[in-house]
Amino acid sequence: MLEYITSYLGMNTTPGQAGNVFWAVVYILVVFGGVSVAVIAMNWLERKALAHFQIRLGPMRVGPHGLLQPIADAVKLLTKEDIIPDEADHFVFWIAPLIILCASFTVYIVIPFGPTHAITDLNIGVLFMLGVSSLSVLGVVMAGWASNSHYPLIGSLRSSAQMISYEIAMGMAVVSAILMTSLNKSGTGTLSMIGIVEAQQQQQVWFLFKFFPLGFVAFAIFAIAMVAETNRAPFDLPEAESELTAGFHTEYSGLRWSLFMLGEYTAMIAVSSIAVTLWLGGWLRPFPNTLTGPTWDLVFSLLPGFTFLALALIAFVGVIRMPKHPYFKIQTAGLAGFAAVLGLVGIVLFIPPVRDRIQDIFWFVAKVAVFMYLYIWYRATFPRYRFDQLMKVGWKVLLPIAIGVLILTAILGVVL
Amino acid sequence: MTDPTTYLSHLELGEPDKTFLDSNELIINMGPQHPATHGVLRVILKLDGEKVLGTECVIGYLHRGVEKIAENRTYTMFNPYVDRMDYVAAVSNGLGYCEAVEKLLNIQAPPRANYIRVILTELNRMASHQLWLGTHALDIGAMTPLFYTFRDREEILKIFEKYCGARLTTHAFRIGGCQYETYEGFERDVKKFLDFVPPRIDEYEELLTTNRIWLERTRNVGKISAADCKALGVTGPVLRASGVKWDIRKAQPYAAYPEFQFEIPTGANGDTYDRYMVRMQEMRQSLRIIRQAVEGIPEGPIMAKVPKVMKPPVGEVYHSIEAPKGELGYFVVSDGSTQPYRVRVRPPSFVNLQALDVMVRGQLVADVIAVIGTLDIVLGEVDR
Repeated sequence: MLEYITSYLGMNTTPGQAGNVFWAVVYILVVFGGVSVAVIAMNWLERKALAHFQIRLGPMRVGPHGLLQPIADAVKLLTKEDIIPDEADHFVFWIAPLIILCASFTVYIVIPFGPTHAITDLNIGVLFMLGVSSLSVLGVVMAGWASNSHYPLIGSLRSSAQMISYEIAMGMAVVSAILMTSLNKSGTGTLSMIGIVEAQQQQQVWFLFKFFPLGFVAFAIFAIAMVAETNRAPFDLPEAESELTAGFHTEYSGLRWSLFMLGEYTAMIAVSSIAVTLWLGGWLRPFPNTLTGPTWDLVFSLLPGFTFLALALIAFVGVIRMPKHPYFKIQTAGLAGFAAVLGLVGIVLFIPPVRDRIQDIFWFVAKVAVFMYLYIWYRATFPRYRFDQLMKVGWKVLLPIAIGVLILTAILGVVL
Repeated sequence: MTDPTTYLSHLELGEPDKTFLDSNELIINMGPQHPATHGVLRVILKLDGEKVLGTECVIGYLHRGVEKIAENRTYTMFNPYVDRMDYVAAVSNGLGYCEAVEKLLNIQAPPRANYIRVILTELNRMASHQLWLGTHALDIGAMTPLFYTFRDREEILKIFEKYCGARLTTHAFRIGGCQYETYEGFERDVKKFLDFVPPRIDEYEELLTTNRIWLERTRNVGKISAADCKALGVTGPVLRASGVKWDIRKAQPYAAYPEFQFEIPTGANGDTYDRYMVRMQEMRQSLRIIRQAVEGIPEGPIMAKVPKVMKPPVGEVYHSIEAPKGELGYFVVSDGSTQPYRVRVRPPSFVNLQALDVMVRGQLVADVIAVIGTLDIVLGEVDR
């Protein structure tokens, strides 16, 4: 047994490929836990960042700077009464949030956080991810249908139309990225997520900058389509608060509602991870070609540690700026503890073996975090599209451009 | 109340079509508890998919019988009640009522009182438009302008609070003038506000005016022609956005308005975007009026000679002013006693709301929200 466990450690591959069930389960648990924590962090971050966009403070009471607010929310949602409307289809109503949640979590199976840090590496990774992530529309439709109410029904119909239309443009953009992977000596491309990042490494360019501006346009289409795919502002029609009260989850409350939210944020992180993998070089560090050599390697490998130290410093400044009133004693202590943990993590990240192993994951997460911030930024800035305009943008603007980019990429790939 | 179809007599609900699938029209009840109907408006929508085939407004959820109350109060006692109608523009309401009764009593408010009235009313117009902008943008999905406008509206409410002690239902004016002299530093506060707010208006415009999504959501949405406006009695920015240059401040001047220079912004298409632009320009025009008023405010008494017990001569009077939302008219009938025989209010929101059906027919559900927002209704005033 122990041998079985240790045998994987020497292998330079993902547990899925190695066929090692134990480590696969460990990876799954780590990814599941990590994503859940990321969702919680994102929840806090969104409320704070959105509040600061809107000249508010956001949560300030539960924990220092509202750090414990997501936990308080979770407790509240878990203890709320679980209401299923009488007229609803109970079974479908019950299963709909689970479908959304499962669909958004399953995508993580193929997402590579590093050359070996993935649950598995399917050779049809991209297809798998497109297929599974589009399953969530099923949950949305089921939720709207099962609620047996007008607003959810309209919301879910909007959602299904929207997700299906944007998936096509999204798929076209993805195909153009896949075409780029075949620009090597053997001329064979790959659908494997790890393979795509390795292709970027071999070609020494992020696909974002490949055939400029083709790669960039494809990326932009994906970036727009993924916002629509996850039902976020400015494409949040299915849950348009001002029109449809809450869209497809109007009738949901408590735990079931929180599952929808969890699914939504998980899907946001998932599609951002895909965008990062396909166009932004996945786990590759910035400037791998120009800033080479052991010195730069060292500098970049130290960055994760410094980032955490910087975060710790920010938290520590927060400690200093806390009101000195005894009422804030516990909060100040909590924030100091948080700063200490961040600092400790930063110091741990300086230790050479950890440093080398964690670096890939750090760059990957950092790139995804940029997308998460963009999501919040969109939400603070844009009004909401109308349903027909959304369709128009999807079919008449994004899809033709995506096809054009695809054709041009193919031509350039043959010519060059 | 149980069967929503009882309200739908004029929506011509056809026989259900059971021949192919179940492709009937959908009847949706929007409100009275809905995040975007601006209070307790209930709209029954007949939909074909997302397309609106017809609407029916159900009002009265906020009916408080203000007009009836007037018949049991003296002229002075009724004054605070009018603030509760359009509670986001309480000062305008008070001005209209006070001037109507003054007309009935045949007295004139002194010039200084008129200037104070103009300053406060125009400040209130700003506040009302800011609230409209914030909620309208929120309805269309832009969250952030709401907080910006509320931040700046706060400065106006602070001035009101310093002037008369109340922020919202101000009861700022009395019949015959104003009760309170301006507080010390009033002019400084107002001037500070005048300097502070234009960049903020630019900020709102930066977020919305050229925003592609905002343009798509508002251009050619909720169009109404000038002829339809006139037929329905629509007034205010909605009428002006359709190209009719009608502003009671210019057409039938009251208070101190004849003494000020300002323009009447108008639109051309009568769509939601034009109404947005008209209101944005109106804010700037209001600032212009306030600046002139603050700089030229005369010294003198603030109260005309008003009898302690008001007994207007037998007669009737109609007086209307340009409230932020349109023509606000008071029809006051006196039977010679201390209490009005009848007070009839012509609220702009109530009349403008009639245009909803014309504006949204054939458009989408999302446009209903945009149009309700752009009509700028206050249910307190619709239901009275």
